[in-house]
Amino acid sequence: MEFFRIKKDIPFMRHARMFNIISLVTFLIAVGSLAIQGLNFGVDFTGGTVMEVAYKQPPQLDDVRASVAKLGFAEASVQNFGTARDVLIRLPVKEGLTSAKLSEQVLAELRKQQADVEIRRVEFVGPQVGKELFESGALALLFVCIGIVAYLAMRFEWKFGLAAIIANLHDVIIIVGVFSIFRWEFSLPVLAAVLAILGYSVNESVVVFDRVRECFRSRQYRNASVPEVLDAAITQTMSRTIITHGSTQMMVLAMLLFGGETLFHFALALTIGICFGIYSSVLVASPIVMYLGVSRNDLVKPETVAKPGEDGAVV
Amino acid sequence: MNRYPLWKYLLIVAAVAIGLLYTLPNFYGEVPAVQVSPLRSNLKADAALMARVEATVKKAELAVQGIALDATSVKVRLSSTEDQLKAKDALQAALGEDYVVALNLLSRSPQWLTSIGALPMYLGLDLRGGVHFLMQVDMKAALTKKVETYTNDIRGMLREQRIQYSGIAREGQAVAVRFREAALRDKALARITKDMPDLELKTADDAGEYRITGTLKVEAQRRTQEFALQQNINTLRNRINELGVAEPIIQQQGADRVVVQLPGVQDTAKAKDILGRTATLEVRMVDEERMDPGSLEQAKAGQPPFGTELYYERNGQAVLVKKQVVLTGERINDAQPGFDGQTGEPAVHINLDGAGARIFQQVTRESIGKRMAILLFERGKGEVVTAPVIRSEIGGGRVQISGRMTTQEANDVSLLLRAGALAAPMDIVEERTVGPSLGADNIKIGFNSTLYGFAAIAVFMIGYYAMVGFFSVVALAANVLFLVALLSMLQATLTLPGMAGIALTLGMAIDANVLINERIREELRNGNTPHAAIFAGYDRAWGTILDSNVTTLIAGFALFAFGSGAVKGFAVVLCLGILTSIFSAVVVSRGLMNLYYGGQRKLDRISIG
Repeated sequence: MEFFRIKKDIPFMRHARMFNIISLVTFLIAVGSLAIQGLNFGVDFTGGTVMEVAYKQPPQLDDVRASVAKLGFAEASVQNFGTARDVLIRLPVKEGLTSAKLSEQVLAELRKQQADVEIRRVEFVGPQVGKELFESGALALLFVCIGIVAYLAMRFEWKFGLAAIIANLHDVIIIVGVFSIFRWEFSLPVLAAVLAILGYSVNESVVVFDRVRECFRSRQYRNASVPEVLDAAITQTMSRTIITHGSTQMMVLAMLLFGGETLFHFALALTIGICFGIYSSVLVASPIVMYLGVSRNDLVKPETVAKPGEDGAVV
Repeated sequence: MNRYPLWKYLLIVAAVAIGLLYTLPNFYGEVPAVQVSPLRSNLKADAALMARVEATVKKAELAVQGIALDATSVKVRLSSTEDQLKAKDALQAALGEDYVVALNLLSRSPQWLTSIGALPMYLGLDLRGGVHFLMQVDMKAALTKKVETYTNDIRGMLREQRIQYSGIAREGQAVAVRFREAALRDKALARITKDMPDLELKTADDAGEYRITGTLKVEAQRRTQEFALQQNINTLRNRINELGVAEPIIQQQGADRVVVQLPGVQDTAKAKDILGRTATLEVRMVDEERMDPGSLEQAKAGQPPFGTELYYERNGQAVLVKKQVVLTGERINDAQPGFDGQTGEPAVHINLDGAGARIFQQVTRESIGKRMAILLFERGKGEVVTAPVIRSEIGGGRVQISGRMTTQEANDVSLLLRAGALAAPMDIVEERTVGPSLGADNIKIGFNSTLYGFAAIAVFMIGYYAMVGFFSVVALAANVLFLVALLSMLQATLTLPGMAGIALTLGMAIDANVLINERIREELRNGNTPHAAIFAGYDRAWGTILDSNVTTLIAGFALFAFGSGAVKGFAVVLCLGILTSIFSAVVVSRGLMNLYYGGQRKLDRISIG
């Protein structure tokens, strides 16, 4: 079986401008949403209390809301979680009210209505800890970006490094932007997913650029123009790109489908990251390299060409 | 060209064998067990204790699967959770309150596995249920308390030395002493400098007043904070022992935080109460007028005389104590073992705060020659720590208890006086509680997603790449094996994000095989012979595989360095998974290819779909 038996190189670079516009528009929408409505940060970052309680009989959410309001949390969010019998209660940080004892008070109040309510999970994060988790999360993001730039700078010529990092940051902004647009909760696991995908999708650019370098060096493309070489490299790696991402996505899909609410947003962030990862590393990074004016001379140093045998298998 | 030397095959076989061996314990599951550990440091978990435990469970006629002794406890394996509860009750009744009897789950894996260090992975709280607390120690309060102690000490010292001062008080984090004459101030300054090297002293004169301001030196502050943290951890450990948790984790985190993890604890309200309990030490007067044998007998029968209560000293002697409380433990700043200045006898030095000092002075003035009892309340039960006779009026808040005490006893008493109290108040700044049902669900979720994801990849790879795809799947399975074995060897804590990490690593690991397989196809298309294609495929893909793994590894390291708790677990799995995947995807799959195709000299085609 083979899905991608492509005889002729697909002229991706001819449509580079169109891809750029698509990228720019999605990017601007993401940035706009982030600027206007921001992110729906989870309790890890904002501080506060999250309680997941399970009832034997499906409760009236309004009753639950009323109980929580009695404790001074009129604005608490109360919603079903997975099934009608599971309820998720989110209490924001409130001066003088927020403490580790709060969950017990809420439970006591809920027990007055239905005695069989059972705690599934409580997460209480003090405002200070939330702030620290936020800071270390931002630091982790920064560290990954710097680490990858440094690696790419070492590994490739600066034009490729720059293009790869722009493409991947574009991915990150879009993942985060999608979370902002749909008001999905941005929690610690989601951040972990974003960072993992950042590391993963840089691979894609690395693979394409490796192939670009190889093509520039091979005799077959000696007279080809830069866009032609890029097209050839992308076409040649496309099968591999789609299949690896597809198989990673199969795993992520399993988490999305069977992972329950707990892993849902984690898997969702990975899914968006994988989809945009394919797109950006191929159709964002390569045009940037082209605009930066990459040429054969950037890659092909005389002594490399002189080495016989290296290209032998390709001919 | 596609042949491995024998040692490479042996390496693969050895790796798989070790992988299997260390993965194995995870499949045996767990048996209910009861764990007995001594509460006091003078009691040991030894063969004698084991014999007692054995006798007790035998008497209760419970089906015991085994009894084992380790460094800190005796563990009894039982066949059912019902027996487990019965055994716990029987043991608690037989051993009394000097031992913690806790429910536990032990691995069912056979002895020979345990003896080679093959243990199952430790399940995180989100998988087994339990409570995680992060507690913040109020360091400012610890420093204030220390300065308060110094204020008392200086007051007492100046009185002893008969140096007249016009006022002494704690002002924020400093001690301020005022004098009317410069000469007195200088005399005091010399004294304080000599006796209290931890204080940074400054002098100031204004409007006919001569002042000394003492603050804690930076070094002393650091020591005070470290001490406070250490004492709080000790106190927490004592309190958690009461909860009967099998494997509590109490660890320092950063300069001023303590992590407490209590696996299996469901009653979080009780846990919080016990962790956050305040000092329960009381000073009361002994009712000596009514301590006649008759009243004592009556009191022992449950009817103490009106206005009194019956308590026992540590040696078992009964004492009738007035109900009226003179002082509570909150007034005690510090208690240290030491020696009596005159007689050289072992003694306990107690330091009271300002209000406590005043009350104490008044009470001692009125009750010279009488006995006073210091009571410690633990688990709602009182015990007389010591009941000394008051010899003279005691002012200045510096109390010394001495007489009929050995050095060991002085140590114990001062520890007891301090143990009830935390060195500084603590707040819970983070809590994560997971109920047992959610924990079990999480295991299922994590396991199922990994299994279904793996199955989907396997079906696809075999369908798409045929025989070569099958080799890739075997390599991927080997990757799971290596990863789980490595995590078990390291005794890493498995969390739900960790399981997600295993799933994600597998999804990413197949990347390497896809790279290789695609390359082989390409080489074949370019007209290379099958053997050359296999060789070139692995050879060429190697650089790319290395590249792609390095970038993911960077992300993994960052997550590990900056992540906390569960995210760290994810990061560990991610990093280890990348390392194992390089081995499995490149070496193991190549080994299979070589074994299958390498021997065929005239290879016409490869089954690669």
